[in-house]
Formats: sequence, structure tokens, C-alpha cells
Amino acid sequence: MLRVEGLTVEVGGKEIIHSVSLNIGVGETHALFGPNGSGKTTLLMAIMGFPRYQVTKGCILFKGEDITRLPVDERARLGMGIAFQRPPVVRGVKAREMVRACMGEREDGPVIDEMAIRLNLGELLDREINYGFSGGEIKRSELLQLLAQSPELVLLDEPDSGVDLVNIALVGEMINELLQKERMRTRTHAGLIITHTGHILDYVNADKAYVLLDGSLWCQGNARELLASIKSHGYEGCAVCQK
Amino acid sequence: MSKVVRKQADEVDLETYSQTAEEHPYEEDPSRLPSDDKGRMLEAGVVLDSSSQRSGTFLQIDHSVVHCKAAEEGLEVMASTGALEKYPWLSDYWWQAVAVDADKFTAEAERHQNYGYFIRALPGVKATQPVQACLYIGRHGLAQNVHNLIIAEEGSELHIITGCTIAPIVTEGLHIGVSEFYIKKGAKVTFTMIHNWAPKMAVRPRTGVVIEEGGVFLSNYICLKPVRTLQMYPTVRCVGENALVRFNNVLVATSGSKMDVGSRAILAARGARAEIISRAITTGGSIIARGHLVGQVADVKGHLECRGLILSEEGNIRAIPELDGQVAGVDLSHEAAVGKIAEEEVEYLMARGLSRSQAVAVIVRGFLSVDIEGLPPQIEAQLQRAIELSEKEIL
Repeated sequence: MLRVEGLTVEVGGKEIIHSVSLNIGVGETHALFGPNGSGKTTLLMAIMGFPRYQVTKGCILFKGEDITRLPVDERARLGMGIAFQRPPVVRGVKAREMVRACMGEREDGPVIDEMAIRLNLGELLDREINYGFSGGEIKRSELLQLLAQSPELVLLDEPDSGVDLVNIALVGEMINELLQKERMRTRTHAGLIITHTGHILDYVNADKAYVLLDGSLWCQGNARELLASIKSHGYEGCAVCQK
Repeated sequence: MSKVVRKQADEVDLETYSQTAEEHPYEEDPSRLPSDDKGRMLEAGVVLDSSSQRSGTFLQIDHSVVHCKAAEEGLEVMASTGALEKYPWLSDYWWQAVAVDADKFTAEAERHQNYGYFIRALPGVKATQPVQACLYIGRHGLAQNVHNLIIAEEGSELHIITGCTIAPIVTEGLHIGVSEFYIKKGAKVTFTMIHNWAPKMAVRPRTGVVIEEGGVFLSNYICLKPVRTLQMYPTVRCVGENALVRFNNVLVATSGSKMDVGSRAILAARGARAEIISRAITTGGSIIARGHLVGQVADVKGHLECRGLILSEEGNIRAIPELDGQVAGVDLSHEAAVGKIAEEEVEYLMARGLSRSQAVAVIVRGFLSVDIEGLPPQIEAQLQRAIELSEKEIL
């Protein structure tokens, strides 16, 4: 579904991502590990097509189509969706309006309310989006928007950071729904999840994982094994391991 | 300094406007007015086809009072000149909240007054529906000088919608509107004013408000259409303890429009509170958004918020907030931000599948939709409608 080949990304004239390649098949979920500042968010933002993240080399293919030069809204309409780690506050725009925008033609008031209640966000719908939201509320509101959008490729930037123990199971459940984890053979969605701590993987199964260090994919493999290794040796261990 | 003053004064030359207008007949049933005029009035929040939505109506076209009626017990709606004759004691209120010699426009309103409205709620009367007033200019090039007087007696409640607008054929004219409000002990007035003018109109509202103990004045002002020059600085004096005033101003200046709009609250009694919120958008015009909070005694609180969006290379917005704490124990604050739409916000919406222009429209609509506490749903719907009607011009 998503094929990234030799992707090099600059931000403000500085190269952050160096020739990264990855391939996510239909129905698969991949995890991206890496320490702070390793370029995880930059990679995700470049895949989604935000103009600040300039692709200088390589290409991005989505469902076989080269989307490297497509603007972000066209990528969204093709079936890509992203949950931001730190989304901006948009004063005056209610969460409900954002969710409605995500639903596009499929706009349906009661469905929005039902989804919000499931995410413990009922009261937040009529507040300005992200204004005064707690860390956990932001994560759940991002997931609510994605559920409304129902993208085929789900990009999640640290869905577990700042989420308390009570809500992390809920967040996991919603991600599983987004990724159609209840289906075994008929999944049409796929996902790429950035996680710094790996907590979310206690709730969401990943088929594969990558470690990103200093903007390069350092290694890839089984998600649980990689996470266990990072937990015992730290990211320093990853660096040494390759040497 | 004198140069600036002279320039401002020269913006409106009183001599260029006609002082005479044909007489319009009184209309017992205002729904029979021409549909063109009614349409313009409706855009400014004045409903003439369904009287059940209003507790009273005052309608003035040019220099004629065309209709006035109070539809609820305990409310009075009439021409201010008639009210002065009926109640000689009103002279105690006339030119007390606004000084007659404040400037040449107040002087002009005194010299050549053409009616205006008197709206009063008797003690304890709580109007169930809004009272509406419409000041309409139907003659091109006319000067309309009105003087309005609003009294909310003790414990009463009033919602007033004032729509000031013009006939489709009018592009030039002058509107001077003196408005004096007296909010008595424990009374509450919500005043919503929608201005729909034309590219060559000059507009000079002059408003003064006096709030007694526990009184509340909520003012919503909307001007989204072109106007050559608009200048106003309504001043509220909170003279009674725990008096409360809240201003919400929503302005859109299209190319060629000059708007200088402020709100001033003088907090002169303990527990008085004021909030001034303004939203300004320029699509090519010039806006000065002023705010002035004066804390004269301890234990008063005021906040001023001004946000401006510049949507065009030509437009400009100056926010001028002033805080004047005259004693210790006042709590006055302000925040102001002027700039273009944040790219990050546009991209956030685009990531949900909206095109750039759709994203900008959602952000602008959100920017203008001020959440106004305590506003009746009808008036909120009216404000929303005014914003929707102007959306095409803004974007």
C-alpha cells in the first residue's frame, strides 16, 4: 500500500532524513521506534506531504501511484490520514466541525456523537479544537477525526504519549478499529505508528518495526523483539549492535 | 497632532449631505412594505413578516417613523421625540450619557434631529422576545440624524436588535446615531446591532451607557459590509456595584472601507467587571480596533481581547488597547494578536481532506463566530446568518 524508496527529506535547508526505504502492505501495521530528535515525525510528515518537509531525493508510492509531489489534501482524499502528535489550536473552530470535515460527504450528526461518546469526548465536541485540551484529550480527538475520515493508510505520531493508564486501552481499541484488526483476511487498511515508549504495542499488534537513528533506518525486524532489545539496551545498544 | 485631527474631521463634510427627505406614510402593517426594502432589513436582523418573533418594533425610513409598536405588556416603543413630549422627566436622561458637545456629530444630531427610538422596560418586566429597531436610509445622499434612548428599569430584561441599513439604490449618505442607555439596578440589556452599509456611506454612532448596581449590558456589534468611513467609541460607565458590561465587536473591512471602532468601560464601583472582545478581518480595508478600560476604584476587573486577521496585501489592522488603572486593587488585562492565517492551521484542515480554500473558509468562519454567553438562540442565529451572508465577499 505504501512504498517509500530512498527518501531524503530536508527541513529549512537541513537534511533530516537520509535515504529511507520502507514498504507497508495492505492489512499490515508497522511501528517506528527511535529516540527523540531521530526524525520520526519528519518522516511521517513528509509521507503525508506537508510542504515544510521537502523531499529532495527518492519517492513515495501509495497504492501504486507516485504521490511524492501531491499536496497534502490530495493525499488525504486518496486515503491517507494522520494523527498529529501536537496539532495546532484553531480558535473558533469546534471539534465537531473538524470531525464533520473529516467525514466529508458521509456527514452524519448522530454518528459523530456516538463516536465521541465512545472516546470519552462527548463534552469536547462543542469546544474549540485543541484549545485547552489535555494531552490525552488531544490523542483521542485526533483518533476521533481519523475514525470519521476512515483512511486506508493510518499514520499515527506517538498516539500513546501523555495518555493515562485508564485511557490507553481505549486508544488501543480505537487504533485496532482503524486498522481493522478484527478482520484477519479482508483488511484493506494499513498503518505506521511512531512510538517512543512502545506502550501502545501492548494493545496494538505490529507486524514489523523499524529503528530510526539520526534520520536513517538503522534496523528492522519483529516489533516485539526490537522493543525488548531497546528496553534492555537502550537506543545506544542499537547503534553499537550495527557496528 | 493637529494635522491628524483635521484629517479625521475632514473625512465627513456635513455640508455634502441632504437634510431633507420625502415623507413616508405610517404603515400599520409593516409586512406590506416593498419586498426589496424588507429584504435589506431582514439581512440586518429586522423581521417584518412574522411579528410573533418580536416584542416590539420601531421602524424609521429616512426622516419618517413608519411603524412603532410594543407587543408586550410593560414595554414601551415609540419615537424618542414623542417620548420626550409624553414624559417631561426624560429630560433628566437626554444628553446625560453622551455629551451634546462631544463633537460635531453630536452637535449635528441636536441641531437636526430626525427622530430615533425610545425603548423602555418597566420595573421587573422581562421581555420574552427581542425588540427590534430599524433605521433605514432610502434616499441617496441623505443625512439621517437619530437620537435613541433606552431605559431598562429596575430588575427588567430587554433584548434589542438594531438593524441599520440602506435601500439597494443608496450608495452614499450619512448616518449619525446617538444612543443613550440607562440600565437600572439589577436590569439586563442585550443590545445587538447589525450595520449593513454601502461603499460611500459615512457612519458616526455615538453611544453612552450607564449601568447601576448589579446591572448587565451585553453589546454585540457586527459590521461586515463595505462602508466608506465608520467611527465609533461607545462608552460604558459602571456606576453601581457589581455592574457588568461585555462588548463583542465583529468587523470586516473590504477594500476602501475605513473602520475605527473602539469600546470603553469605566469601572467606577466595586465589583464592576468589563470584557471587550473584538474580531477584525481586513480583505483590503483599514481597521483600527480600540479598547479602553478604566479602573477608578479597587476590586474591579476588566479584560480586553483583540484579534485581527489580514487576508489581503493591501489591508491593515491596528489594535490599540489601553488600560488605565487609577488606584491599587484593579485587575485589568489585555491580549491582542494581528496577522495572517497560520499556515499550520490551514494544513491541519487540509490533512483531513479539505482543499486550501475550504480550509481557509472554515478558519475564517470560526474566527468570526464569537461565542457569546447569554445570547438568546434567535439572536445567535441572526449573527450567524449575517456572517454567512457575507462569507462570499470575505473570501
